[in-house]
Amino acid sequence: MTCSSKRCPSTVSAASTKAVADDPRPFTRSGHWSLSGEVSLREESFGALAYHHGTRRLVFVKSPLLTDVLRRLGDYETVDDALDAMVEPKERDRFANALASLAKSEILSGC
Amino acid sequence: MGADSLLRSRFERGLDAPICLTWELTYACNMSCSHCLSASGRRDPRELTTDEARTFIDEVAAMQVFYINVGGGEPMIRRDFFELIGYAVAQGVGVKFSTNGTRIDAGAARRLAAMDYLDVQVSLDGADAATNDRLRGAGSYAAARRAMEHLADAAFGEFKISVVVTRENVTQLDDFAAIAAHYGAQLRLTRLRPSGRGVDSWADLHPTRAQNEMLYHWLVGHPRVLTGDSFFHLSPLGAPLDGLNLCGAGRVVCLVDPVGDVYACPFVIHERFRAGTIRDGGFAEVWRNSELFGELREPGSAGACSACGSYDACRGGCLAAKFFTGLELDDPDPECVFGLGEQALMAHPVAIRPRSAPDHSRVRIPVHSAF
Repeated sequence: MTCSSKRCPSTVSAASTKAVADDPRPFTRSGHWSLSGEVSLREESFGALAYHHGTRRLVFVKSPLLTDVLRRLGDYETVDDALDAMVEPKERDRFANALASLAKSEILSGC
Repeated sequence: MGADSLLRSRFERGLDAPICLTWELTYACNMSCSHCLSASGRRDPRELTTDEARTFIDEVAAMQVFYINVGGGEPMIRRDFFELIGYAVAQGVGVKFSTNGTRIDAGAARRLAAMDYLDVQVSLDGADAATNDRLRGAGSYAAARRAMEHLADAAFGEFKISVVVTRENVTQLDDFAAIAAHYGAQLRLTRLRPSGRGVDSWADLHPTRAQNEMLYHWLVGHPRVLTGDSFFHLSPLGAPLDGLNLCGAGRVVCLVDPVGDVYACPFVIHERFRAGTIRDGGFAEVWRNSELFGELREPGSAGACSACGSYDACRGGCLAAKFFTGLELDDPDPECVFGLGEQALMAHPVAIRPRSAPDHSRVRIPVHSAF
């Protein structure tokens, strides 16, 4: 549901060490996660583009619903709470996988 | 991982705002590189004022353009350089700027190192002075290495060393990687275009087919090396290179020149690809409503490439490379990996090659190491 590209500065650029984060916290559905403060999320017809200003990574969010989930994830105590509120039961695992991949690329931050 | 085909076709129809754009801040330059894609040298007297530049940054920020690639000319020559890049970063617009390094002394390096969301790309087109200075002028290698020393001393972090790959330096890729590793910098390789003064030097300087093949495999083996998504014409050689693998001109990127003219991409500073000026109704108006960009966002025909099984991998290659070598826009890329571009060039032996215009070149003045 998401994919990212890391080496095209006319469109995308790879991480810079200027803002290297520590290894991201492992993603769990019972944890609290939200859109990283370093990420700009720009809505597009297909979903959104998410750009991480620290890692210089551009990520394509290929669903409007996932875009909504990203925006509102931080309002919920856990990822599961957010998915329960916003996503059809049969889609929740797929969305959780997408969020896990976004956490790995630091688009999401956990606290 | 590259973009999938659905997403790619969405990008080919254009976005409401560019992902990023290139902004040549000035045509003034203290060097006179033989492959300069903006044919820079003399300052244009109509250059945007500081106020106009700030208004443009405001607009770019409002459109949520993620970052701008600042170049020139030599952008650090503008007196308001630090003011403008600081203003962009403060508005949430990331800045990547390209420089020949001559203006990066210890003080400038410290100032740059103190800024967030700023990438510095120091240009180097040879891994040794002889190779580099043949293209960029006497003393330019030493000047670039001095700038790198200053950035490293100021603990800037991972700055970029930006190399335009040529027939002469393509054998030095490992040496460039070693220089980057020496400074803890990141290597960035981009494609030589026949744009600007490159119109005259491209035929002698662009990598041969065998070299391009070697380059492709080297890139596959060095996934950390940045490419500006500029080698997608090589993707038919195997797995697609990382990146969008499409021509983003007027669709997801564009160029704004020092006087506020908007062109489809940094490599087509020519009336044919001028979409308008930000001085009339602003940048968003040009991006959204220019006739040229509308045309570039129409589904293109594969033209002469339609019979080729690899069209989906390279999408016919680079618009600028075709235009400035006198090819039709639906011809194969002049550096097509199957040699179809070379055939097309031979089929048009008397093709009139367009000249870059405007041209701000000045008489070649040797670069001295003392500036």
